[in-house]
Amino acid sequence: MRSGARAAAPLAVAVGAFGVPFGVLARSAGLGHVAPVVMSATTFAGSAQFAAVSILGTGGSVAAAVVAAVLLNARYGPIGLSVASALRGSVALRFLQSQLIVDESWAVSSRGDGTFDRWRLVGAGLTLYCAWVAGTIAGVFGGDLIGDPMDLGLDAAFPALFLALLVPQVRTRSALAAALAGAAIAIALVPGTRPGIPIIAASAACFAGWRRR
Amino acid sequence: MSSGWTVVLLVGLATMAIKSAGPLLAGGRALPPHLTGLVGALPAALLAALVATQTFGGDHELMLDERAAGVAVAAVAIVLRAPLLVVLVAAAAATAALRALS
Repeated sequence: MRSGARAAAPLAVAVGAFGVPFGVLARSAGLGHVAPVVMSATTFAGSAQFAAVSILGTGGSVAAAVVAAVLLNARYGPIGLSVASALRGSVALRFLQSQLIVDESWAVSSRGDGTFDRWRLVGAGLTLYCAWVAGTIAGVFGGDLIGDPMDLGLDAAFPALFLALLVPQVRTRSALAAALAGAAIAIALVPGTRPGIPIIAASAACFAGWRRR
Repeated sequence: MSSGWTVVLLVGLATMAIKSAGPLLAGGRALPPHLTGLVGALPAALLAALVATQTFGGDHELMLDERAAGVAVAAVAIVLRAPLLVVLVAAAAATAALRALS
């Protein structure tokens, strides 16, 4: 669990830094002080929260905001399935552990052979959860304290993390095929589809690795 | 209930359901053998898709901007077997430096 927390610590800085503008945006969209913090504590999925709140803030409907967020979070279906065999315990315990799944905690807990370390997931997830909620609180009550995280290049830290965690995965031909197909599908779909769809569609790329076995 | 709270409630419930579906239905036990290979390839496919969309993805379009340079610097750091923290800081620093210059 500690190794997961340690691996996630540098990311927690970036996640917390993006929590601040989320709080600022949510307040300016008319959600008040409490609802944005409740959202970060219950939804705990950055991109979906940004999408939902910005749609509301620009006059979009409740339905449009919810659909956009659900599409963005649909990737947690396949992601949840991939870690399912690692999450043990009672129904309540499995539910709680599953709520700590975000892209980063999932990626950090991957052992590189298709299996996952439950305690690394929990350690990383809790660390990122605290950072995300704390960042949101700072944004809601403190306003723009840290400036734009884009100026610090923090948005590039996320793809860099995923790349660093992808490299040890692609030791086999089938994994390499799945990775190349996944990236190709995602890139091809970015221009024509709603955000979130490219990632879900990319999960079909695991068939590319499968059929070669 | 205000529209803000409605969205917070619905998105929260939907996300909890999506995140917990796999672990609740298939949690704690080994998958059937024919599915193991399939799910085993998911991390590679999804990680690659995340790298691609977060490096080049814009608002319904592909973009080549400072992030790509940051990720390229990260790739070099990964090849040189730099620690993860160094990889992340290098990517952010390169992206920030290019943004400051442009």
